[in-house]
Amino acid sequence: MKIAVCVKEVPSATSHRRLDPATSRLDRSGDSEPNPFDMHALEEAIRIREGGADVSEIVAVCMGPESAQRVLTKALALGADRAVLVTDPSLAGSDIAGTAYVLATVLGREEADLVMLGQQAADADCYVMAAAVADHMRRPLVTQVAGLTVAGGKLQAKRQAEHGYDLIEAPLPAVVSVSDAINTPRLPSIKAIMGAKRKPLETVSAGDLSLDAGRVGGDGAQSVVRSISPPPPKTEGIRIEDAGGDAAGKVVAILAERGLI
Amino acid sequence: MALLVFVHHDDGEFSANSLGMLAKAAALGGDVTAFVAGSGVDDGWAAALGGHGAAKVLVADDAALAGGLSQPIVDALEASARDADAVLFGAGVVSADVAAGLAARLGAGIACETTDLAAGDGGIVATRPALDDTVMVESGFSSKPGVVLARANAFAPREEASGTAPVERVAVTVSDWSQAAALTGREAAESGGVDITEADVLVTVGRGMGGPENVPLVEALAKALGGEVAATRAVVDAGWVPYSMQVGQTGKTVSPKLYIACGVSGAIQHKVGMASAGTIIAINKDANAPIFEFADVGVVGDALAILPKLTELLAARG
Ligand SMILES: Cc1cc2nc3c(=O)[nH]c(=O)nc-3n(C[C@H](O)[C@H](O)[C@H](O)COP(=O)(O)OP(=O)(O)OC[C@H]3O[C@@H](n4cnc5c(N)ncnc54)[C@H](O)[C@@H]3O)c2cc1C
Ligand SMILES: Nc1ncnc2c1ncn2[C@@H]1O[C@H](COP(=O)(O)O)[C@@H](O)[C@H]1O
Repeated sequence: MKIAVCVKEVPSATSHRRLDPATSRLDRSGDSEPNPFDMHALEEAIRIREGGADVSEIVAVCMGPESAQRVLTKALALGADRAVLVTDPSLAGSDIAGTAYVLATVLGREEADLVMLGQQAADADCYVMAAAVADHMRRPLVTQVAGLTVAGGKLQAKRQAEHGYDLIEAPLPAVVSVSDAINTPRLPSIKAIMGAKRKPLETVSAGDLSLDAGRVGGDGAQSVVRSISPPPPKTEGIRIEDAGGDAAGKVVAILAERGLI
Repeated sequence: MALLVFVHHDDGEFSANSLGMLAKAAALGGDVTAFVAGSGVDDGWAAALGGHGAAKVLVADDAALAGGLSQPIVDALEASARDADAVLFGAGVVSADVAAGLAARLGAGIACETTDLAAGDGGIVATRPALDDTVMVESGFSSKPGVVLARANAFAPREEASGTAPVERVAVTVSDWSQAAALTGREAAESGGVDITEADVLVTVGRGMGGPENVPLVEALAKALGGEVAATRAVVDAGWVPYSMQVGQTGKTVSPKLYIACGVSGAIQHKVGMASAGTIIAINKDANAPIFEFADVGVVGDALAILPKLTELLAARG
């Protein structure tokens, strides 16, 4: 069985995230990291292998700028065997439709039995990519998976919806996105970080995938940003640092002042 | 402008988020059609969507649509969607999967997390807050249709719904691959227990509390305040506490006087279920946690250390 895991490069949680007013695109010039939600998908792939399933390869797949090589190197250090980065200046500015088309195309080439994504991208908060990729690939889909078993050419998944949990079964090949509660991702060992440099990291261009240029990049985007503006003003909250250890006392004082106790 | 609104339903009930989108579409003016998919759909039941803003209701009725999974619904919706200027979805797990699958099928643009909609000469324009709600982004579409997915609880259904709309049945063809996944069961939500939507005070356990062994710290604080314990999806999915305690998009929407979030990052899908609470206090050791963007009182520190002290001080006050 071959598993492909989608890993997106996102601005790191501690960086100052902003939209570039000139392009209305996310400013990707600062520090970046692998989308934390995707680390749960990668961890789950590794656990499927460690659980005794015959996993021939785990491949990490990303569409992003060249700097995204760094996040794929992290995926390799964690346990992916190989990585593929789709990178091309013509892909910059792709919208969800374009990104799904590109990911589905490179994933189709990989012929993985199981495609795994994170529950959402930390910079987009959309939770739609898995369903879009599955439709392109014409494969069964389960999103927001909190419990997963893969055996005998099929998967069994548990996922939460608005009424509680659904139990869903699907034959492989299939596409899943996983909840961030499915596991706790491991940290890479120093040895694995060194070893990652020797694992294959392939870079492919739009031309290599014979992509239809009309469907990708800023020009191919079907969803077009008209304007960006500041949110409505809000009242600034009170901040309490617990350095001195008297935070509890301050909270009680606020509760009393507001008549809440 | 032809607006097609997908209406999700479960166990005979229309989703409130879908009805909210229907009400919003009707308020925009335009030619609003509702779309319902299922097996053994009753025309009278579907017609009631007229009271929620639909001028017409399309019904896709097929055995393949019985499980309520998204992929057969995309097949059923595709043809009607091609005739629309925009296809609109309220928030929801199935609705989002249908919206995304449809957008891929049609090569259409999709706007997510939509909190406002406008219809103008240039077509439909969707507004969303982005980057932890620090910026508002307005998007239009170059595709026809455009696909719009709302944020949870963004649009409220009509309070008074009366009247019906004509129902029309559409032809349904479902491909084999989209029926390959099957719903094999549901984990029944446990009945009884407390109703967190009724509580004046909620203390919420998030993954930052470390593990189920620390839930008693939250329980003790809730007790000292005369409140109840609530939870995030991360904690419920991990099995620390039951689903009935979950706040957020796929859990409950709550509005207590006091909400104390312990080790909760403040993800949008959590925020949509509690943003209207009176006073929000967040205890989180990460000074950059998104919850500090909307908490009234933000405590930067270790919840495992602060909670027992807080409980003790409250107990001492008697
Ligand atoms: C379709 C969909 C629906 C969803 N529905 C819901 C929903 O209904 N409800 C919901 O809650 N979520 C929902 N989510 C999930 C949501 O996106 C987040 O994944 C989830 O809310 C995170 O839960 P958390 O805050 O407990 O965990 P985390 O995001 O892991 O946050 C833990 C926080 O604890 C802090 N922390 C760690 N240790 C300590 C300590 N010792 N003291 C203090 N702080 C500490 C960390 O800094 C961190 O900020 C949904 C997601 C999707 C995609
Ligand atoms: N450019 C990308 N490269 C690789 N994976 C991606 C990319 N964009 C989105 N994904 C995957 O899609 C998931 C959901 O993203 P989204 O629906 O955009 O919030 C992420 O968790 C990733 O696994």
